[in-house]
Amino acid sequence: MTVDHAVTSRFLERAEARGLVDVATTTMDSPVGTLLLMATPKGLVRIAFEDENRDDVFGEVAEHLSPRILEAPRRLDPVRRELDRYFAGRLRDFGVPLDWSLAGDFARRVLRTTARIPYGSVASYGEVAVGVGTPRGARAVGNALGSNPIPVVVPCHRVVRTGGAIGGYGGGLPRKRFLLALERQSGRLPAGRGL
Amino acid sequence: MTLPPFQSVFDEHAQAVLTFLIGAVGASEADDCFQETMLSALRAYPRLGDGSNLRGWLFTIARRKSIDAHRARARRPTPVADPDPGSAIDAPAGTDDGLWDQVRSLPSKQRKAVVLRFAGDRSYPEIAAAMSTTQVSARQSVHEGLKKLRRELR
Repeated sequence: MTVDHAVTSRFLERAEARGLVDVATTTMDSPVGTLLLMATPKGLVRIAFEDENRDDVFGEVAEHLSPRILEAPRRLDPVRRELDRYFAGRLRDFGVPLDWSLAGDFARRVLRTTARIPYGSVASYGEVAVGVGTPRGARAVGNALGSNPIPVVVPCHRVVRTGGAIGGYGGGLPRKRFLLALERQSGRLPAGRGL
Repeated sequence: MTLPPFQSVFDEHAQAVLTFLIGAVGASEADDCFQETMLSALRAYPRLGDGSNLRGWLFTIARRKSIDAHRARARRPTPVADPDPGSAIDAPAGTDDGLWDQVRSLPSKQRKAVVLRFAGDRSYPEIAAAMSTTQVSARQSVHEGLKKLRRELR
């Protein structure tokens, strides 16, 4: 049982005004299930699929960033809007600012390289490894992609095995297949920016 | 041990804290006190080493905030600045034991001071603030008022 909505929103408003919300969080429905979204003042820091344990995700963020985590949906409105358009096949490139704090140095390089793979196309683990300057590090690249804190928006689903096998996915292969199919289909249409 | 997200702490304990504050400072001031309590808690939260008694920790902050509220109220003049000083503060109505009748007949300053002290249960700093005077003078008014009452009731 908690206090009424007005009291809660007044608290949130004041906390935001005083800069005390280190991590804003909300959830949204999507074709790949409910997504948990988290943002710092710097940008989107974490997206979790619904089969990840909530307490674990919060624990990870509390430990590495801050336990001042509050439900503040408004800060995530731009992210939700972009994701909605992406899932509708109308957005190819995400423009929301990202906070890479939850990715280590190497993973960050891998993920930045991955983010340059164009919408609707794929690259192999080996190609990404070459891109980050560790040509023989395909396996390490796979691990870094598996720990992607911001899936979907940072498109680690666009990395597949050489020869076309789908490879792995932190969010499970059905989601990876769905995202690749979505981009393949929408990619054939004229670029869907705007309405 | 990792601290839970502050949102869970809020969801779990907010109602109890608010209820406590309504009891401690009254319904009209409880909301402000509650907001202050939760904002202080949020500010300090990352530095809280031990998360094993979050409820106790919140109540400690709430208790402190309720004391602050009482102090702030004492500093605020109680609304006694009536254009007719004779009617502003008076003996409690409905008491017919004669004593309060005597109080009512005291000179204005003594009457106010005695009423604030014994009917309002106010401290001398509060009485001084309410009457826009010094503590010494407030004490003196109470003292003289009581002396007069004793004389007249004898």
